[in-house]
Amino acid sequence: MDWTAFRLSLELAAWTTGILLPLGLMIGRWLAYHRFPGRGFVEAAIALPLVLPPTVLGYYLLVSFGRDMPIGQFWAGLTGSGLNFSFAGIVLASIVFNLPFAIQPVQRAFESVPLHLREAAWCSGLSPWRTLSAIELPLVWPGVVSAFVLTFVHTIGEFGVVLMVGGAIDGETKTVAIAIYDRVQAFDDEAAGAMSFLLLVVSFVAIGLVYGLAGRGRIPGVR
Amino acid sequence: MSADLTLDLTATRPIPLDVRLRVAAGELVALVGPSGSGKTTILRTIAGLHGRVHGRICCGDETWLDTSSGIRRTPQDRRVGMVFQDYALFPHMTARRNLTLAMGRGNPSRQAERAAGLLARVRLQGLEERYPQQLSGGQQQRVAVARALARDPRVLLLDEPFSAVDMMTRGRLQRELALLRRSIDIPIILVTHDLAEATALADRICVLHNGRGLQTAIPEELFRKPASPHVARLLGRQNVFAGIIRHEGTSERLSWGRHVLELARPSGLAPGSRVHWYIPDSDIVLHRRGRPSLGERENPVSGVVQDCLVLGAQTSVTLQCGEVDQLLRLTVSTHAARRNGLEPGVEASVSLLSNGIHVMPESGTRPPGRAVSRQGEAND
Repeated sequence: MDWTAFRLSLELAAWTTGILLPLGLMIGRWLAYHRFPGRGFVEAAIALPLVLPPTVLGYYLLVSFGRDMPIGQFWAGLTGSGLNFSFAGIVLASIVFNLPFAIQPVQRAFESVPLHLREAAWCSGLSPWRTLSAIELPLVWPGVVSAFVLTFVHTIGEFGVVLMVGGAIDGETKTVAIAIYDRVQAFDDEAAGAMSFLLLVVSFVAIGLVYGLAGRGRIPGVR
Repeated sequence: MSADLTLDLTATRPIPLDVRLRVAAGELVALVGPSGSGKTTILRTIAGLHGRVHGRICCGDETWLDTSSGIRRTPQDRRVGMVFQDYALFPHMTARRNLTLAMGRGNPSRQAERAAGLLARVRLQGLEERYPQQLSGGQQQRVAVARALARDPRVLLLDEPFSAVDMMTRGRLQRELALLRRSIDIPIILVTHDLAEATALADRICVLHNGRGLQTAIPEELFRKPASPHVARLLGRQNVFAGIIRHEGTSERLSWGRHVLELARPSGLAPGSRVHWYIPDSDIVLHRRGRPSLGERENPVSGVVQDCLVLGAQTSVTLQCGEVDQLLRLTVSTHAARRNGLEPGVEASVSLLSNGIHVMPESGTRPPGRAVSRQGEAND
């Protein structure tokens, strides 16, 4: 059992979720409420990681994180170090890879809030912020929890993109999914089995939570 | 403090509007018109939810909108009470919380007390802790009305508030609104496509078409003296015809095909003027067969019964009075229709009461100073 890898996976998931959640709320809400030219293109770009092979996405990220590319240059100018084969690099990669998981459930949830409810809130004197906190968020929270859980679990189990961008540096980029692959290659079935079982349990509990939220009464009074 | 609401709005796109209206404190004005006539858009503009217009909206000394000087107050800043067509109750909040949320900041226990009072006013005492889904359609509507009042609004706006409930509930809710409004001394605007509802509830009715306010008047005046054939048609009125003004000596007559009709009120138009004219159903009197009476001398018109449609206790009779387009429609009791032997092909005669004949000049020939509505607000 590689506890360092497991802790690294949790840290990666925490960073990714922590950054993506507010981003997903803003982008998901924006997409739910606004119609603009090119909206379909933006939605397609966000959904792309769902269908793109992780190695392909990983390859493009690896290339664009290089010090001769704008993103890599910007990061190097900011911190003095490179993005490839670093923890910061795999966090950034995870953010890109998890965009659809963080945005889509939130967007669907905001889309299900009727415009009349927000207008009724404004006509009742509620400011836009108060409308968000008192009316919208209580109605969309199952979508937000779905986004949170899906992003978190998906990051923990991520393999292809992390391997491409981060390699497998102990304590820096070697997450639990990569450690499992590493143990299997070394014929250490016991450690691979233990870590796989742990991931299975975490994933099952998380996905059970999401389905449980989606299926049962989520809000008092709402059937 | 209650004050009048005045609005003067124009827009061309995306929704055309051209309407001027003044609603006094305590007055209920109904906006009626076919779908797409701009009724709801006007309401949304007053509430600040629709902004693509030019013009002014004032409530007492407050200016809510004045595009010429760049004033556009937000919905939060207008103090309107709005009842949406689907009520738009907050589904995750109890009836009481729906109300207290609209009261803003304040002492919670006092707000709860006020909410209970308002819910009692709409006869919902005991249901304060129910969620909207636990209430019937009629109860939800009453919570929506109470919520609209919870903000101490300066204007009450009702967007087809009875359209989502069944017929029985609708009648009950209409009676309740008629009672409730006695104690509300702010301008009330009701959007409806139901003329009977507008007639029953409104002090005045504003007829809209394609965003234009065509006529604003008390229901009685609107139904007896529509401003134009268009308004008459929008109100579902029949018996709108074309005629020509004639002068016989000093008195004015209306020539309609081979008939010459007396007018109780001279139109003041020049002889030979082409006009439209309208007579309400109630001012067409069927002559009793074989029993002539004094009233039969007044504008007698005879024709051939074209069809007789029995609608329960009433029978709708179409009388062909000469030319093809001279079809008079009148409603008589089924009993009277039988007694007078009315059936297709039979000759019958009626009197067109001169007091009911309403002459409408063709557009552009209206004599000056002829007010169309009580306060001269029609935009035609």
